[in-house]
Amino acid sequence: MTTATAKAEWRIDALAIFIIMALGVFYTLWGAAHATDRAFAVQMWTAFAAFMAGGGLLTYVIARGKGASETPSKYENGVIKAGVFASMFWGIAGFLVGVVIALQLAFPNIFYFPDYGWTNFGRLRPLHTSAVIFAFGGNVLLATSFYVVQRTCRARLAGGLWPWFVFWGYNFFIVLAGTGYLLGVTAGREYAEPPWYADIWLTLVWVVYLLVFLGTIWKRQEKHIYVANWFYLAFIVTVAMLHIVNNIAIPVSLAGWFSYSLFSGVQDALTQWWYAHNAVGFFLTAGFLGIMYYFIPKRADRPVYSYRLSIIHFWALIFLYIWAGPHHLHYTALPQWAQTLGMTFSIMLWMPSWGGMINGLMTLSGAWDKLRTDPVLRMLVVSVAFYGMSTFEGPVMSIRAVNSLSHYTDWTIGHVHSGALGWVGFVSFGALYCLVPWLWKRKQLHSNALVEWHFWLSTIGIVLYITSMWVAGVMQGLMWRAYNEFGFLEYSFVESVEAMHPYYIIRAAGGALFLIGAFVMAYNLWRTATASEPRHERALDVPAAAVTAE
Amino acid sequence: MWSFHKWFERHSLILVVGILVVVSIGGLVQIAPLFFIESTIEEVEGVRPYTPLELAGRRIYIREGCYVCHSQMIRPLRDEVERYGHYSLAAESMYDHPFQWGSKRSGPDLARVGGRYSDEWHRAHLEDPRSVVPESVMPPYAFLANADVAVEQMPEHLRVNRMLSVPYSDEQLANASIDARAQAEPLGENAFDFEQRYPGAVSRDFDGNPERVSEMDALIAYLQMLGTGVDFNVYQADTPENRR
Repeated sequence: MTTATAKAEWRIDALAIFIIMALGVFYTLWGAAHATDRAFAVQMWTAFAAFMAGGGLLTYVIARGKGASETPSKYENGVIKAGVFASMFWGIAGFLVGVVIALQLAFPNIFYFPDYGWTNFGRLRPLHTSAVIFAFGGNVLLATSFYVVQRTCRARLAGGLWPWFVFWGYNFFIVLAGTGYLLGVTAGREYAEPPWYADIWLTLVWVVYLLVFLGTIWKRQEKHIYVANWFYLAFIVTVAMLHIVNNIAIPVSLAGWFSYSLFSGVQDALTQWWYAHNAVGFFLTAGFLGIMYYFIPKRADRPVYSYRLSIIHFWALIFLYIWAGPHHLHYTALPQWAQTLGMTFSIMLWMPSWGGMINGLMTLSGAWDKLRTDPVLRMLVVSVAFYGMSTFEGPVMSIRAVNSLSHYTDWTIGHVHSGALGWVGFVSFGALYCLVPWLWKRKQLHSNALVEWHFWLSTIGIVLYITSMWVAGVMQGLMWRAYNEFGFLEYSFVESVEAMHPYYIIRAAGGALFLIGAFVMAYNLWRTATASEPRHERALDVPAAAVTAE
Repeated sequence: MWSFHKWFERHSLILVVGILVVVSIGGLVQIAPLFFIESTIEEVEGVRPYTPLELAGRRIYIREGCYVCHSQMIRPLRDEVERYGHYSLAAESMYDHPFQWGSKRSGPDLARVGGRYSDEWHRAHLEDPRSVVPESVMPPYAFLANADVAVEQMPEHLRVNRMLSVPYSDEQLANASIDARAQAEPLGENAFDFEQRYPGAVSRDFDGNPERVSEMDALIAYLQMLGTGVDFNVYQADTPENRR
C-alpha cells in the first residue's frame, strides 16, 4: 500500500467518525430539550459533552496531521496503551464500589445515606457488576485482543482511526451506563442494565470492533489464524448476538430512558439467562481464554501443550456453553424440559472447561521452575487453576438438587467471585504485567517484589471472600429449609439475614485486600511506564511488512 | 482427520460462519419453542394487566434495583410454599416486560407480598427499614414520598404495553392518567369508574398523604397487588392442562 492511498483511506475514516459525532450532538441536544424526566436530560447532556469532546479531539488530531504518517511497518500500540490505562482505572473503580456495597450489607446503619438515594445498594450493585465485567474486563479484552491480533497476524491493526473510535466509544458507553445507574436509569435485567440508547450505541461500537479485528486478520502475513484469535472472534461475534437479541425493547419515548422489553415472563426470563450465562461464557471465558492462549505460552516461552486439544476445547466450549442458561431457572415456572437441558449441558461443559485448563497448565511442561522466579507467570497459572476450580463448582451447582439449596443464596455470589477474582482478575493482571514492559519498551517491571505483594494480598483476599460466602450461602440455604420438631419452619427469614453478619464482614475484608492489591499493581505499572531507564527494544516486534521492506 | 480444520484456520469468514452456526443451535432449540408450545404458559383465571399506578410502581421497583435483592419466583419446594405461599405460575408474570424473577434473596421473596402487610407498615419500612425490622440490611427509601408520579405520561406507558400485546382496552388507554390518580384517591370522583375499569384492583391512599400521588403511592400499590390475582382456592394445580 502506498502512502497516498493510506492517507485517503484514513481521511474517509475521520470523516465517517466526524459524521457520527455530529449526529450524536444533534440527537443529544434534541433529547435534552425534550427530555421527559431529569435523569434522561442529565444523560443527554453527558452524551452531548462526550460527542463534542470526541469531535474536538478528532479535529485536533487532523489539524496536527497525526495518523497521516502511519506506516504498515509499525504496530499500532497507542490504543493498547490507552486500553491498559483504562483497564487499571476501571478495575480500581469497580473493586472500590464492590467493597462499598459489601460494607453496606455488613453495616447498613453506617453506609446508607437517606438523603442520597443514589448511593443505595440497588443502584450501586449494577455499577459494581458493570464496572468490573464490562469496564475492567472489557478494556482488558480490547487491549489484549488488539495486541494479540497484530502480533499473531504480523500485521498492523486495520482501520486507521477506527480502533480509537472503538476504544473511546466503548468507554463512553461505560460512562453513560455507569452514571445512568446512579440516576436510576436501568433496563432492569441483570448484567444487561444499560438503557436502550446505550445499547444501540454499543451495537455500533461492537460492529466496528468486529470489523477492525477481522480487517487485521485479513491483512495477516501468516497462513493460519492463531488459536487465541479463534477465541477472541467467538467472543466478539457471540456477544454481538446475545446483546442484540436480549436487549430488544420499545422505549416509551425517544426522549426518555424507560423501555419495555419485547419479551415478557417466561420467555423473557430464559432469553435473559441465555444472555447472562453466556456473558459469563463468552465475555468472561472465551475472551479471557484468548488471553491465556497467547500470554501463557509467551511468558513461559513454551508452545501450547496440544494443538488438537485446543481445537476440541474451542468448538466444544462454544457449542455447549450456549445451552447452559436454564440452570439459573431451576424449579421456576420455566418448563422442566428446558431446565433439564440446561442442567445436562452444564455438566457436559465441565469437560471442555477442564480440557482448556489442562491445555493452559501443561503448556508449562519443562518450565515449571519459572513459577518460583516469575510471579507474573505464577499469577497467570493460578488464574487457570481458579478457572478449573470454578468450572467444576459451576456444573455441581447446576444439578437440580444442589441448586435447590444454592439458588438465591450467597453461595452463588461466592462462586461468581472465585471465577471473577481468581480467573478473570488474575489472568488480566498477568496480561497487564506482561503488556506494560512490552509496550513502554522496558526491560522489566519496576518491581517483582511488589508483584509478589499483589499476588499474596489478592490470593488471601479471594480465599477470605469465597470461603466466607460458601459457608454463608450453605448456611442460608439450610436455615431457609430447616424444620423444628413440631414440623414448622424453624427460622424466620430475617434470622437468616442476621446470621449473615459475620460472614459479610469477612467478605468485605477479603474484597478490601483485593482492592489494596490492585493499588499496589497500579503503582508498580505506573513506575514501570514512567521509568527513566533507556528504551529496551524487543527483537522482531514489528509486522511482516517491516521485514519485507528492508 | 485433523487436517480438515485448516479450512477454519485459513479462512476467517468460514471461521466466523462456523462460530455463528455452532453458537446458534442451543438458543434455537431452547428458546424458540417457548413461543410456540402452548403449555409453556397455562391459562389462569385472575391474572390481569397492571393498573397505571401499579405500572408506575413497577417502574420504580426496576429503577431502584429491587430485583438485585428480592426474587419474585416461589419454587415448588415445601419450605418455600410454606414460607411464601403457592408456587409461582408462569401466567403470573405473563405481562411483565421485563420479568423480575430475580436471582438472589438478600431479602425475602416478594412474589406474594401483596396484602401481607398494611400500607402503614410498608410506608414505615420503606422510609426506614430498621425501624420495623431491626436486623434488616435494606436501604432507606424515604425520598419516594417526596417525588410525584408523572401521571400524564401513563397513557404512553400503556400504549407501549399494548403494542407488546398486553390487553389494555381503548377505554383503559384513554383514561390512564385519570386512573393513576384515581387509584390513590379512594374518595375521589373517578374512584368508581376506576374500579369498573380494573375489577379486583384496590383503590387506597397508599402513602397516607392525600395531597399528592407520590412514588411511594405507586410502589406500595404495586407491592400490595403482587401475587393477589389468582385465587388458589379455585386453581387446580393437578389438572392435566396445568401439569407440565
